[in-house]
Amino acid sequence: MARVVVDVMLKPEILDPQGQAVQRALPRLGFEGISDVRQGKRFELEVDGPVDDTALARIHELAESFLANTVIEDFTVKVEEVAEAGK
Amino acid sequence: MTARIGVVTFPGSLDDRDSRRAIRLAGAEPVALWHKDKDLKQVDAVVLPGGFSYGDYLRAGAISRFSPVMGTVIEQAKSGMPVLGICNGFQILTEAHLLPGGMLGNDHLHFICRDQKLKVENAETAWTADYESGQEIHIPLKNMDGRYVADERTLDMLEAEGRVVFRYVVGGDTSHGHGHVNPDGYGNPNGSLRDIAGITNEAGNVVGLMPHPEHAVEPLVGSGRTDGLPFFTSILKKLVNA
Repeated sequence: MARVVVDVMLKPEILDPQGQAVQRALPRLGFEGISDVRQGKRFELEVDGPVDDTALARIHELAESFLANTVIEDFTVKVEEVAEAGK
Repeated sequence: MTARIGVVTFPGSLDDRDSRRAIRLAGAEPVALWHKDKDLKQVDAVVLPGGFSYGDYLRAGAISRFSPVMGTVIEQAKSGMPVLGICNGFQILTEAHLLPGGMLGNDHLHFICRDQKLKVENAETAWTADYESGQEIHIPLKNMDGRYVADERTLDMLEAEGRVVFRYVVGGDTSHGHGHVNPDGYGNPNGSLRDIAGITNEAGNVVGLMPHPEHAVEPLVGSGRTDGLPFFTSILKKLVNA
């Protein structure tokens, strides 16, 4: 089994008030020196069977049509090695 | 003969009943449609009502857009059937790419609920013909994700083609701050680009807006204004005269 991670972020030119609220809270918590925060979404897809080009192409399509709204968001797809427990 | 106007109920829809009531008050026949049905029961037009369909999970409107009923709505809207999306319905229309741009959380991060002043910019769509261009109306607004965004090119195109149908009226007393309650209903309540409150597609049959005309149709209810009623009389006239 393999894991495919889809990261979705608002396009850079779009205002992210949630990220700004997080950034503004940082000095209050004692974290200095962080000038900007942008918040996104991460999807972890557990894929049955091999993650070959066909599977990745389908996941790309899924990300483009559903997980992200490409009018306002960008996304990346990457395969992640899953460390299997007990080995 | 009157027109049959469908109102879709999704899981999480809130304003489907008010929409049906507004349609009836305007003199048309409201028809309840169900999100799982592909069948539109031969209606002449469809209203996608407000609410939080499918819990607004993922993004507002993102899951509803793939419901069986929307398959048919998208197909028929493309061949000219009038569709009105109010609030969550507007979000669904942008997710379905029947309208350009997208909807995001209010820039002040708060839910907002107030009477809102709007300027009618386009009184030629299927849903706004009973207004006059430049008219100011006052109807309720209530949402979390009301910030309309699109890239500059799309915004310029919408303006050039007269496809901005409603704009928030900015002005009056803004001392309460941006997006906060202004008793007169003025101001951009959510950070929408170019104060856009509603838009239409190229053909003018699909209209989406954040504020709620269906809550302003009876003198005895709510604000007492009936500024929302012309949406429903506009579409009725268009369908009956067609």
